[in-house]
Amino acid sequence: MHTGKVSRLFGRTRKLEHRIDEFLDRVTESGVVFERALRIYLREGASKDFDGFLEDVVSLEAKEDRLRREIEIEIYARTLIPDLRADVLRLLEDTDAIVNAYEAMLFRLSIQKPDIPGVFHENFVELCATVVSCVESLVLGARAFFRDLEAVRDHCIKTIFLETQCDKLSTKTQRGVFDSDLPLERKIHLRYFIERLDDIANLAEDVADTLQIYTIKRRV
Amino acid sequence: MELTVLLLLTSGLFLGWSLGAADSANVFGTAVGSGMVRFVTAASVCSIFVILGAVFSGAGAAGTLGRLGSVNALPGSFITALSAAFTVYSMAKLRLPVSTTQAIVGAIIGWNLFSGSATDTATLATIVTTWVFCPVAAGLFASLIYLLVRRCVNSYRIHVLSLDLYTRIGLILAGAFGSYSLGANNIGNVMGVFVEVSPFTGFELSNGLGLTSVQQLFLLGAVAIAVGVFTYSKRVMLTVGNDLMPLSPIAAWVVVVAHSLVLFLFASEALEAWLASQGLPTIPLVPVSSSQAIVGAVVGLGLVRGGREVEWRLVGNIALGWVTTPLASAVLCFIGLYVFQNVFDQQVHRLVEYRIDAPVLKKMQSEFGFNARLAQLEDRDFYSARELLGALKRNTFITDRAELRLLDLSESGPYRVRSEHLYGVERVIRDPERLAALAAIEGRRFVHKWQLQEALARQVPQWRLHRDGIVSKHYNKELVRELNFLYRRLRPRP
Repeated sequence: MHTGKVSRLFGRTRKLEHRIDEFLDRVTESGVVFERALRIYLREGASKDFDGFLEDVVSLEAKEDRLRREIEIEIYARTLIPDLRADVLRLLEDTDAIVNAYEAMLFRLSIQKPDIPGVFHENFVELCATVVSCVESLVLGARAFFRDLEAVRDHCIKTIFLETQCDKLSTKTQRGVFDSDLPLERKIHLRYFIERLDDIANLAEDVADTLQIYTIKRRV
Repeated sequence: MELTVLLLLTSGLFLGWSLGAADSANVFGTAVGSGMVRFVTAASVCSIFVILGAVFSGAGAAGTLGRLGSVNALPGSFITALSAAFTVYSMAKLRLPVSTTQAIVGAIIGWNLFSGSATDTATLATIVTTWVFCPVAAGLFASLIYLLVRRCVNSYRIHVLSLDLYTRIGLILAGAFGSYSLGANNIGNVMGVFVEVSPFTGFELSNGLGLTSVQQLFLLGAVAIAVGVFTYSKRVMLTVGNDLMPLSPIAAWVVVVAHSLVLFLFASEALEAWLASQGLPTIPLVPVSSSQAIVGAVVGLGLVRGGREVEWRLVGNIALGWVTTPLASAVLCFIGLYVFQNVFDQQVHRLVEYRIDAPVLKKMQSEFGFNARLAQLEDRDFYSARELLGALKRNTFITDRAELRLLDLSESGPYRVRSEHLYGVERVIRDPERLAALAAIEGRRFVHKWQLQEALARQVPQWRLHRDGIVSKHYNKELVRELNFLYRRLRPRP
């Protein structure tokens, strides 16, 4: 094989690896921006700063989609990893769905503008932080899938644990809401947002479950 | 070359085509079937390296088949190769991994039975032993290489995409090595039966490059293999590979490397010479089955993983095929020879006569000691090896080795050294001193081949065989080839 062609092959492979890393970086970044956006909303409502963070997440989501498509096209065009292709692309799509969930949640806040009493701010912040940590564990597991199979299981177990914590926090917050003196319509509205927030962790747990299956299939 | 000769070579070409169609899938099947390597790339690499292996390393294993049975008539070679080819083709149509080696061995034994020739049981035992040893060795190699590779992959944390690229390159390189080994080890199956009756003459260019007649024969066979690879192997490649056990691309690479190592070990004259020079035991150069090696490697790998993923029923069917293949090929060859001889009036074997005279007995006595019962057979003529061996068994007690030696010594000609039969001999016998010795004995008549050889050796030492050993093997092999050429030229015409 011509050495120039071989170098080009290695170069293109490295470039694709960087694209996958960049894709996962965007997921992490989206989580950080999401958490900050929620804090701003709790403090200031649907303010200009909040709208700015919303635009950041929208922009990150668009970049994610573009990266995912480029990765998919490259993998199919060069018929790379034929035995893992379906699993890898499914993993990227499922991970992309989490960023979509972040974006959707912020849009709901922006459109519906729920009035969250101050007494529940700490609950919402804690739940949001746990959700973002849960997603971050999943991202670490996804990174490990590409390089360090032994570490995938640890990250997946942590994701599942954090999802359980999210469930507990969600239940605790909802109990607090329904035990309060708020009118029923506000209780239901707040419950809706608590559940949507918890759903992001559920999504992460589902991806972690399938990631463990992919890992077993990937063994040499 | 006469048209008849070319037509009779076609069965060998058909066998070569079948081998290319079926056995190339052992080397590149999983790589192409999984999409890791494109078919055109695989076929091109396979063809080039099969040809290289056949031409430059094919002589070693081919010699062993010649010792099993020396098919001495071109029509006989045609039927022998055709029977083996048809057996291979039929088994391939049934989608069973088939051993070309077993098919040709069975066919040669069929020819031996039909012609009344002796089967060298020691060589047969060596070949059959390798049929057992080959898959076991491949399994061991595969297990060890797999454990090593798994450790490396887990330790070095290579990105899955980089690993994919390394695996593709590895599959191509392993495939090239495997193709070379396939050509080196199996060209004897394809063209071995035509070596004694090869219609080619060697040539050498002014710069020293050239091809002997055997190499030209092997080149023709290798080209037929390459045609088989391009025209029929894609279908086989796309269906074979994962039937026995699901294989990841890396596992497929391990299997191909293990298979290639085993084939190479049993074909490499260079390795044999090196081992001999180091005083180490050598590996016999024997055609081994590519299919058996692959199955052995897959089973070995499966056992390392616990054995649950292996389709044991399919392994059983394949093993059954390994038993039926040589039997079917032998029966088919026997029937084919009968039909070709009696219906198409073709001489499928040259009648060989044997005479136990005083010089033969003297030679036997010097090598094996005096045998009174053998002496009772003095001045008797026998018209086939079977007849001679029957007389030996009834009247004497003689070892297998002595039997074979007696057959060799007592084969009678006569061999007349006449100039009109020596046209073009300088294209085969290139040593001027050897040619001068031949000219010096012109006009003489010899009853046995070894008497002709001894007469030549008395003229110049270049006609003398060196002491048997691995180091002198190549020299003796070339000398024997030239002597066989002389015997064919000087033997009585029918």
